[in-house]
Amino acid sequence: MAEAIHDIQIKNLYKIFGPNGQRHVADVQAGMTKEELNAKHNHVLGLDNINLTIPAGRIQVVMGLSGSGKSTLIRHINRLIEPTAGEVIFDGQDIVQMPQSDLRQFRREKTGMVFQKFALFPHRTVLENTIYGLKIRGVSDKEAEERGRRWISRVGLDGFEGNYPNQLSGGMQQRVGLARALTNDAEILLMDEAFSALDPLIRTDMQSVLLDLQEELRKTIIFITHDLDEALRLGDKIAILRDGRIIQQGTGEQIVLRPADDYISSFVRDVKRGHVITVRTIMRKGQRAETPVTVPVSTLLEEAARAMTDAETNRANVVDPQGNHIGMVTLSKTVAEMIAPDDSEEVNPDALIA
Amino acid sequence: MDFVDFPAMSRGDLRDLRVTIDTGFREFTRAYGEMLENIFHPIQVLLVFIEGLLINTPWIIVLAALALMIWGLSRSWNIVLGTVIALCLIGYFGMWEDTMRTIAMVAVCTLIAVVIGIPAGILMARSDRANSLITPVLDMMQTMPSFVYLIPVVMIFGLGKVPGVIAVVIYAVPPIIRLTNLGIRQVPADVLEAAEAFGSNGRQKLQDVQLPLALPTIMAGVNQTIMMSLAMVVVASMIGVRGLGQPVLQAINNQYFTLGVMNGLAIVAIAIIFDRATQAYGKRLQKHLEAVHG
Repeated sequence: MAEAIHDIQIKNLYKIFGPNGQRHVADVQAGMTKEELNAKHNHVLGLDNINLTIPAGRIQVVMGLSGSGKSTLIRHINRLIEPTAGEVIFDGQDIVQMPQSDLRQFRREKTGMVFQKFALFPHRTVLENTIYGLKIRGVSDKEAEERGRRWISRVGLDGFEGNYPNQLSGGMQQRVGLARALTNDAEILLMDEAFSALDPLIRTDMQSVLLDLQEELRKTIIFITHDLDEALRLGDKIAILRDGRIIQQGTGEQIVLRPADDYISSFVRDVKRGHVITVRTIMRKGQRAETPVTVPVSTLLEEAARAMTDAETNRANVVDPQGNHIGMVTLSKTVAEMIAPDDSEEVNPDALIA
Repeated sequence: MDFVDFPAMSRGDLRDLRVTIDTGFREFTRAYGEMLENIFHPIQVLLVFIEGLLINTPWIIVLAALALMIWGLSRSWNIVLGTVIALCLIGYFGMWEDTMRTIAMVAVCTLIAVVIGIPAGILMARSDRANSLITPVLDMMQTMPSFVYLIPVVMIFGLGKVPGVIAVVIYAVPPIIRLTNLGIRQVPADVLEAAEAFGSNGRQKLQDVQLPLALPTIMAGVNQTIMMSLAMVVVASMIGVRGLGQPVLQAINNQYFTLGVMNGLAIVAIAIIFDRATQAYGKRLQKHLEAVHG
């Protein structure tokens, strides 16, 4: 199993679509907006000075609405799209500068990709689809099939090895897509709106599949989505993209608590805050309460509220991962924070940095 | 100025122009004719070999082999049964040998068309430039009256099998080129992107994704090529290709109605056999698309 140990660093990345993109990079760097570029030079600004470090072994979500450049961004990591300027560093190598043969090698051995519309090979069976990546790098039939079957089973498609994609439902097709990407046994997993085409229930189901797998595999996953709930559920880190620019990045909790601008505020308004915010944010540091309830510092507000109401108390002590007491929370504060943004002085700003 | 008559070049100039080109071409024929004949000689050898094989082998074996081939392509007993009945009738009415000659001719022409057509189609699919260069050539090949390009072919090769094959291939190769090109271009972009993302090189993409997905379309091209080769047998008989076309030509010249109809129907019968067989094969290639999830 390839263990993910290398961060992916994206530095000063620009993409300008059009015949002479290169020529307009300087203009954009000097502050020309997307609209001006389009009006004056008829070029489209796809990505505007992207700087992002994707931590090894974590799920980095890139969120944005259609046209924000998120699908463009993910295609720069395996260079399905050539950048106009900038660097994508992985394991000390700049992917942007790689010659074609090295790039193919990188794609074969370091990445797997899952696509929004599945993009399975319709003329190949589930098993043949799954082992595609291994076949093109010359792994023997026997070994490839053995590894392929293992992953097919892992994503819950036992018994469907001989079926053609057309014979499967959307959710099952995307399981094939996932198995195909995982069979590559690569450090990086690129997921381009992988679950967006699925029904809500199946989507939630697939998110659980992914989280279960990640628990064990610890791959570096770049997950593109337009759905904030999905982003918050999956993302260890979230970057929000708008008009080709990253307008905020951080953990889900940081983004929900401190939206960088009105645009993001309007996004996070409808989020179930109790599912995102932890007691760390609202606890009174150092205080202790007489209560039977004790919760870890990473407990979500909803869980904490439930624990307190179940015990018919309105206080809970908070402990750190080692079990040391570090503070307490009140039920009223917990519920208040769950229903609406609350700017009272009780929020401890230091807690956000921790 | 006179707007009634078009200001054409003078008759003398026109005649000189024609004479110059004709003389030039005749000289070219004299200089390179033999070399070209040698280059194309293998076609003659192949054709004579297949013809001999079909005619000299006992008819019952040929019939069985053809039926087996049709079964292999179509996997349909109905089509096989139709084939056997049609061939028996053809034999009974004394057209067995001519029919074998025509089948040999069509087989060789189709083979050559496939060998030329598929690479040309791939080239057109991969390069827009090649596409824009080859398309008008194909248009010309399909619309130019076949008698016009028979003239230089006959000047170089004389009468016989090889010029016949060349004429038929010129007429029959465009559909397979066009449909190969179309089939490859119709491969969904997202599937191709997936192949790219998994690190396929150009050859792997072509072999594993583009050609297999284009194959049903390419088979439609092969089908068209076979049909057009058969349509050309009468014209080819004018330059000495033997087979079912020759009696038809004879019937036209002498107003032998029954002879014409019988040989014409034999051509139709072969056409239907090959058409149904190749279409059934093309359908089988798309089996993976059939059972769609409810």
